[in-house]
Amino acid sequence: MTGQAAILAERAAFDALLPMHARLAEDGTILHVGPGLARLAGARQLLGQRVTRAFRVTRPDGVASMADMMTLRGRAMRLEFARGRPVRLKGMLVPFDRLRGSMLSLSLALSDLPDLGGAPLTARDFAPTDPTVDMLYLIEANAAAQAESRRLIARLDGAKSTAERQAFTDTLTGPGNRRALDRVLARLLGEGVGFSVIQLDLDRFKQVNDRHGHAAGDAVLCHVAHGLRRAVRAVDTVVRTGGDEFVVVASGLTEPHAVTLMAERILSEIAQPLPDGDADRVVSASVGCAISSRYARPDAARLLAAADAAAYAAKRAGGGLFRLHPGDGRGAGPDRRDRARRGRDDVA
Amino acid sequence: MHGLIVRSVQSFVTDVYGAAQWQRVAVRADLPTSDVEAMMRYADDVFARTVSAAASVLDKPVDGLLEDLGTYLVSHRSMGRIRRLLRFGGADFVEFIESLDDLVGRAHLAMPDLGLPAIQVRAVGPGLYTVSCAWAAMDLTALLIGALRAMADDYGALAMVDAAPASDGAGVRVTLLSSAFTPGRSFELRRARP
Repeated sequence: MTGQAAILAERAAFDALLPMHARLAEDGTILHVGPGLARLAGARQLLGQRVTRAFRVTRPDGVASMADMMTLRGRAMRLEFARGRPVRLKGMLVPFDRLRGSMLSLSLALSDLPDLGGAPLTARDFAPTDPTVDMLYLIEANAAAQAESRRLIARLDGAKSTAERQAFTDTLTGPGNRRALDRVLARLLGEGVGFSVIQLDLDRFKQVNDRHGHAAGDAVLCHVAHGLRRAVRAVDTVVRTGGDEFVVVASGLTEPHAVTLMAERILSEIAQPLPDGDADRVVSASVGCAISSRYARPDAARLLAAADAAAYAAKRAGGGLFRLHPGDGRGAGPDRRDRARRGRDDVA
Repeated sequence: MHGLIVRSVQSFVTDVYGAAQWQRVAVRADLPTSDVEAMMRYADDVFARTVSAAASVLDKPVDGLLEDLGTYLVSHRSMGRIRRLLRFGGADFVEFIESLDDLVGRAHLAMPDLGLPAIQVRAVGPGLYTVSCAWAAMDLTALLIGALRAMADDYGALAMVDAAPASDGAGVRVTLLSSAFTPGRSFELRRARP
């Protein structure tokens, strides 16, 4: 290999291995620029310039000439482009010999990595062994994860404010909220599964709150929530719809007799003494029930209104009672044979 | 299961078919909330449940839906981030295909609990690869087909991407005809400066 051919082969090897490098003459004149550095520099003229004119050494201090730079051989330097945007770089100068000058190897400092110093670099401007592209990937992925986290926090913050605006939160008693109720009703109606809606209005709850304070009221609500969970099946949905109102959705329960049994179980569970043993405070409720199969075209609003009306009827009759709503008389459910007994159910 | 994976189905149904259809899917899949939370964890079967609920609400076969989802993840404008992350895989389509083995490791580095299914790539001949993806929750071959076709377009490569014949084992067969058929979509490594 001739001397010239050897120099070209060496240059090609360094261009591939270290695309961001410059070859310097003994006096610091830039003789060659690797393809990555050329693209990073863009319109900035590097070739033929003195290295200390093309770059500013920011660390260590006081590096103004090629002779100063040579004292830093093999050590880390901080530099930036002297012209245009002062893109920050890390560098290391390695001298060869008098004839072949020296090599300045450069890389982007972390602070200028995300936007690559504003240059249109591509994966081809980095050696495949250089993890810079993987770093960029991580910066990208990290930004995506952070954006999602910020969205989550914003949503949680909104949800927290909403919850704080409500006088009672469902976290007090445990059951689901109104949205859970709407969702389960929509699902059952969509699937055409028969079910019953049981509404529970606590009797004289306001007096408990007024006479014994809100802590006592909260204790009653928790007691009722637990009683409800014991009285219903695992497949049933229990939600608290208002201050002293609960609703149970019992999937598949359309037999009036079975519904009656469940309502009685609910009344007896909540009538159990409170855990704090205050025997004066016996909890009772007015319970109303609507059965989906008693309607030609059941819908959520209608069933909830019917259960509410039945509960109101129970309350007017003195409370501590259960009432079953007769429906619209056009249902096609399995309880048809029970219609004759409806009168008895309806007076509970 | 990571919320991001389930969330992708919500984004797909909402962006392509509208929010009302997504509400139907959420009800049918019995999701705990109608909005999937990308940074929360969900039960392991939620993805499969949501996909089959979407297939029945939208009246499409499950595989057709998965393929559309794969295309959507790569090419829809609201999924620019995913497409960008995928393009980091390689400078051209061949490099990209050969980097798919590393995809799970890369994703793991960025988000250790994401739990993406592992992808295996086998070079079976010149310009011929089989790509398979084993996931206990669901067969994702159709999703992979949609995503790889869209990535070939993105790179401007001309490739045939279809289900591998059973003799080659399950998965996707990629036949590369030309890696620079069109200029493809532009891709910049750098991020815009804030």
